[in-house]
Amino acid sequence: MSLHPVISALRRHKAGVVLIVLQIALTLAIVCNAIFLIQQRIERASRPTGAVEDGLIRISQTWFGAPSGDDAAAIEKLDAMQRADLATLRALPDVQDAAASTSMPLQGMIYSGNLSLNPQQSGLNVTAAYYYGDERLRPTLGVRLVAGRDFKVDEILHHGISGDAVSPVVIVSQPVADKLFPQGDALGKTIYQDGKPAAIVGIVERLQTPTTQAWGSSWDYNSVLEPVRLDGASASYALRARPGREQAVMREARKALLAVNPLRVMPESWGIQSLSQIRAKIYRADHAMALLMTVICVILLGVTAAGIVGLTSFWVGQRRKQIGVRRALGARKADIVRYFQVENLLIAGVGVVLGALLAALLNLWLMAHYAMPRLPPAYLLVGVLAVLALGQFAVWGPARRASHVPPVVATRAT
Amino acid sequence: MFAYYLGLALRSLRRSPGLTALMMLAIGFGVAGSMTTYAVFRGVSGDPIPWKSAQLFVPQIDAWGPVQMSGPGARSGTNEPPDALTYADAMALIHDHRGSRQSAIYAVGPTVLPTGTGHSPIPVFGFAVYDEFFPLVDVPFRYGSGWSADDDTQGAPVVVISDTLNQQVFGGANSVGRSLDLDGRDYRVIGVMKPWNPQPMFFDVVDTGGFSSDGPALFLPLQRAIASGMENVGAVNCPKGTQPGAGYAGLQQSACVWLAYMVELDDAAAVQRYRQYLDDYARSQQTIGRFGWPPNNRLRDLRGFLEYQHVVPDDTRVSLLVALGLLLVCLVNTAGLLLAKFLRRSGEIGVRRALGASRRAIHAQYLTEAAVIGVGGGALGLLLTGIGVFGVNRMLPPRLADLAQIDPSLLALTLLVAVLAAVLAGVYPAFRAARVLPAWQLKTH
Repeated sequence: MSLHPVISALRRHKAGVVLIVLQIALTLAIVCNAIFLIQQRIERASRPTGAVEDGLIRISQTWFGAPSGDDAAAIEKLDAMQRADLATLRALPDVQDAAASTSMPLQGMIYSGNLSLNPQQSGLNVTAAYYYGDERLRPTLGVRLVAGRDFKVDEILHHGISGDAVSPVVIVSQPVADKLFPQGDALGKTIYQDGKPAAIVGIVERLQTPTTQAWGSSWDYNSVLEPVRLDGASASYALRARPGREQAVMREARKALLAVNPLRVMPESWGIQSLSQIRAKIYRADHAMALLMTVICVILLGVTAAGIVGLTSFWVGQRRKQIGVRRALGARKADIVRYFQVENLLIAGVGVVLGALLAALLNLWLMAHYAMPRLPPAYLLVGVLAVLALGQFAVWGPARRASHVPPVVATRAT
Repeated sequence: MFAYYLGLALRSLRRSPGLTALMMLAIGFGVAGSMTTYAVFRGVSGDPIPWKSAQLFVPQIDAWGPVQMSGPGARSGTNEPPDALTYADAMALIHDHRGSRQSAIYAVGPTVLPTGTGHSPIPVFGFAVYDEFFPLVDVPFRYGSGWSADDDTQGAPVVVISDTLNQQVFGGANSVGRSLDLDGRDYRVIGVMKPWNPQPMFFDVVDTGGFSSDGPALFLPLQRAIASGMENVGAVNCPKGTQPGAGYAGLQQSACVWLAYMVELDDAAAVQRYRQYLDDYARSQQTIGRFGWPPNNRLRDLRGFLEYQHVVPDDTRVSLLVALGLLLVCLVNTAGLLLAKFLRRSGEIGVRRALGASRRAIHAQYLTEAAVIGVGGGALGLLLTGIGVFGVNRMLPPRLADLAQIDPSLLALTLLVAVLAAVLAGVYPAFRAARVLPAWQLKTH
């Protein structure tokens, strides 16, 4: 079948053709970028933390009327209160493990500092999150130890929130080890945390930092476990529930802690929450964005398909006579359908070429203004194919109707 | 004449209900998508204090020097000074008092113990500020007022509480003069605010991220909060490779930044003088050897600072952009369909032209028809916007969602945008319709 009659027919509908081409181009450009955005959001929100998330619970509470001040007596008192809480929690039947833990992946409460290879902090420097806790922290989180050992009970120190004592031993995450010791011989080496020395006794496979904010994104898996119980008016714990007992543990833990000391603040909203609740809360905006974009994409594709149906129907109505003539001259129904399909392919073809260009430009603009990464060509390719298929799908109905125009129309006056 | 065109339009639309519905659906969905995202955008990008934002400024002083830092509080790879002030710098600015009003600010999280038995402790969120804070940001009072400059210097145990806290603890009565237990210490209530929750919480966006579902529960004198060791719940950011020493004493002596600061400057000359003052101050610090670098200060006005802090989430802007793209596509779509619809009626146009209708009249007739489609699409758009805003409110984190509100201005705007979009889409098709040659049409039919 020759393209010539298709093109010359389209010449007579310039305005309609231009509008449809424009619509297809815009749709492709927007949908490509929006789907890329959706995919990024979903990827971001489903990153593993490195902890075994199912059954992991964080308790964050503040004692009311706890000793304040940084003197040794106050700190000893606070540490005793913290140890009493931990003993209570460990004794609960549904609790598999419990640990002192200032931070939790995704949760937001973060201590961070600077790691380097000498006390002057010159040369190689790495920013990392500090997870303060006791010897049960690594097993409670369920983070996988890939080299070295856990902390020993006698290595656990305790000091005030902003005390400057630093533990002589640490466990680091694999990315920290790789960055500071690219040769892979981190275990046993000494690093300097804000200028103070500590030996690496263990390496864990993966542990996300507690923040998901943009400022922490360049070091999002740089974590250090510190064998230190921090003593302040607030103390936080990590709990590992026995399988299937997460909800029960959350109820029991609240009751048990209030029995030990009722004068504490542990609100429903953030006092005791499971890591899955924390995850849902922290990524809520990402999920909302992904859903909103999906809805907009669906509407866009629907509107464009409807536009194609509408305009093609109009053209079919206008060309009833020509269709009748072609049928009378021996064209089969399939030929008529093919004609409209080819016509649509031609229009959509121009549209997607223009659209691909627009998509790339839009992506460049987003990259410049909103820190969006480069759109992979695969998205464009899939988008192009999808829009072409959408065009064919939309044109199917009107084309079928056109093929039902009887040849006798050719003999009538109008 | 308009009534006649309206009649014609309605009759014409009834004749092709499918196409009409298609156009109304396109306009309706396009407008609803844009308006829903706009409702969120409008919520987060509003000026929290429009009558005064041009006079409020946030000074930033470079207390860290040209170090690279990838943590919060400074921009890596840029020469921007930290977002907040060190204690030393904030106190110097307070002491020198070069603006008409000013306050250093930091976030506190004390626990309130209501009097009487059976009440459980209430954790609250508030700020430690100076006396001038209240007139600086126009805090509305229900009872009492802020405290005096003397209260600041003496570190008086006074507190300004929110309407909500007043309800919780004092049952909503005038509680001025009564005492409130904060972290086990007695404070005297000196003022009760009216419900006040500016969005964004512009006076300390570094600590609040800009938005919170509850307003600040209390304010107390900054020096008092420090003296009683009340927990600082705001961010503490330190120069690379340092940690503050123990307690408030350690914070006060450190180079860590943890205080927000706001100053009121009445005119351009005052702003100029203040810039000069900041530079002179930084230079004096350089002279005494505290800063080893030349002055690197910023003095952004409130809107500029909110912009710099990206208080409006990038997400919201991008989704608004995508939604506007959707509206554009719907516009193009409607234009195409209107073109088809109008040209299909070339015969009718020919007859009307032959009977003496001018091109203007044809133009007016078809633009009226487009506007009718706009009204229909707008009505559908109103419904869908309602559903959209409701859906967004359920999906978004509460602190943002509360901001997306349906109000008369949003409804009016929805309808207006729908009609405008439809008329805009109808301009070219109506122009084409008006150019139909009457003789040609009459001859061929």
